[in-house]
Amino acid sequence: MIKKIFLIGNPNVGKSVVFSRLTGVQVISSNYAGTTVEIMRGFLKLGDQEIEVIDLPGTYSLEPSSKSEEVAVSLLNESAKDEIVVISIVDATNLERNLYLTLQLLEAGLSVVVCLNMCDEAKHHGVSIDTDSLEKLLGVPVIPTCAITGSGIKMLIERIKDAKFILRDRSSHRERWQTIGAIIEQVQRLTHRHHSLREVLEDASVRPFSGALIAIGVMFTSFEVVRFIGENLISRIADPVFINFYQPLLIKLSPILGEESFLHHLLIGDLINGKIDFKQSLGLLTTAPYIEFAMVLPYIVSFYLVLGLLEDIGILPRLAMLLDNLLHRIGLHGFAIIPVLLGLGCNVPGILATRNLESKRERFIAATLISIGIPCVALQAMIFGLLGKFSGFYVSGVYLVLLVIWVVLGVILNHTTKGYSPELLVEIPPYRFPALSTLWKKLFLRIKGFLIEAAPLVLLGVLIINVLLYFKLFDIFTGLFAPIVRGLFGLPKEAVVSLVMGLFRKDVAVGMLMPLALSAKQLFIAAVLLAVSFPCAATFFVFFKELGLKDLIKATLIMCAVALVTGTLLNFAIR
Amino acid sequence: MKKISLAQMKEKQKGIIFDISCGLALHNKFMSMGIYKGREITKISHIGLKGPVAIKVGRSVLVLGHGVANKIVIESHD
Repeated sequence: MIKKIFLIGNPNVGKSVVFSRLTGVQVISSNYAGTTVEIMRGFLKLGDQEIEVIDLPGTYSLEPSSKSEEVAVSLLNESAKDEIVVISIVDATNLERNLYLTLQLLEAGLSVVVCLNMCDEAKHHGVSIDTDSLEKLLGVPVIPTCAITGSGIKMLIERIKDAKFILRDRSSHRERWQTIGAIIEQVQRLTHRHHSLREVLEDASVRPFSGALIAIGVMFTSFEVVRFIGENLISRIADPVFINFYQPLLIKLSPILGEESFLHHLLIGDLINGKIDFKQSLGLLTTAPYIEFAMVLPYIVSFYLVLGLLEDIGILPRLAMLLDNLLHRIGLHGFAIIPVLLGLGCNVPGILATRNLESKRERFIAATLISIGIPCVALQAMIFGLLGKFSGFYVSGVYLVLLVIWVVLGVILNHTTKGYSPELLVEIPPYRFPALSTLWKKLFLRIKGFLIEAAPLVLLGVLIINVLLYFKLFDIFTGLFAPIVRGLFGLPKEAVVSLVMGLFRKDVAVGMLMPLALSAKQLFIAAVLLAVSFPCAATFFVFFKELGLKDLIKATLIMCAVALVTGTLLNFAIR
Repeated sequence: MKKISLAQMKEKQKGIIFDISCGLALHNKFMSMGIYKGREITKISHIGLKGPVAIKVGRSVLVLGHGVANKIVIESHD
């Protein structure tokens, strides 16, 4: 009786895409090893039975070497062997290396079905595999699939019931590779192909000079494209909708509520020169939706669209190689660039992705640097919105200051944090042409995630602030912190409200600065402070969950120190 | 037949892995990725003086940090 189906395979063989096809559960997939760090669960209807399907993080062997591999293997060992079927997902373009894990699974006495994925790509590369012979040699069903288009998936589902365990002696590593060599000899035929343009590019991107040029070009273009799309979504869609359609409704509502009433204060906020100002009124129906939908959402869309493209093409692991040298100086290795880039979208997935780093020391350094020095896209969008009107210098200034903090803090952490940092050891995937379906699905999932998690918090945040401001409950608090904020950072004492709000959500926090009529210098300092000071509640929580209370306290103390020093230095250095 | 470390190999040079001097955990990881004694590899590139090394093993391209690349001894014809 089958109770559970496990999907297991080497990193980057398309497990998540197969999982989506089997269960209908949409998950994020990309073209680099280690996209999935969490266990995903879904259900597959087999006959009249609902069977749980579990997508495990990729692993090269049943002897795990990182946190996410460990999770995969321990979960597999927990279940009774006669109640589970393991679908071993194998990359047809690289059958040889992939068979190693499959053999280990067979030796462990598990019931296995082999899903030979990416068959279309293998054919394209001139690799042909005789699946019937492979099935005979392995003794378990082998089903060729192309999960991205969905071909072969029906057959895979039909044959799950044929999964069987075979008696196979445990062999040594060397014997296993000999067996694989013999199998490959019989089932795989290679047709020689001339070097394609793609292969030339693949080669160029891992060489020092050409690689650096490509990387800089790609990063610069990505940044510009994100800004271009974001700006245009705001000026051509979001702003017109808010001003032409939404504002007239609110103007009608305002006199009904009565300008002096509590409800008016709560929903619409203060009228600025007798008018509703989306950026300054601070109401639940005015500033709250404006921040989320007209200032942040456009950048969420453009950022994740571009990130999705970079992920699916396969550029990120190449960046990891090029940056390995530099990242070693701050106690990390090249692969840490991936959590950092994810952190630029939202710190939460960034910190989760540090699970791919092997040592605790590396994880602590990476997570601390992400939560201090990496502004999420919501915060960045607000910084563009606020500082953009002064001059480009201020916006790039924020990034420059953060970069300096990053490097200085990284070097310090590298010298003071105990533990070890392992070396980079990662597979570089071939460049792939992104499938529009996965790209679109991924964008949709990320936007949906943002809306579900952010929108209620933003409303709640604005609500709390409004109530506190109305009853003047903030005054004690602002009075208490005024000496630091005014004396050291040169900000008005009302900015305390914004800094506290930063604990909740960074975008609303920057929003709180809008009515204060700050000078460019003050806005600049406040923006940097918001970026480096406490991360938002969600990041705090995930940091605690991933690294524990002791590390969280350590990171928090570091944060306070960095914020204090940076704020003061900037205040006295800029004239 | 010359024995040199992977880090010392030239770009596009081919060689056979002669020895890997490292602990069991890393050894197992290498094994599962297809890096083992007797295996033929081709070095693709090397970033900087002490940077990572890219190699081709079978059909996969792997990147190894400099320290790891120093632990692998290669036997090469030229």
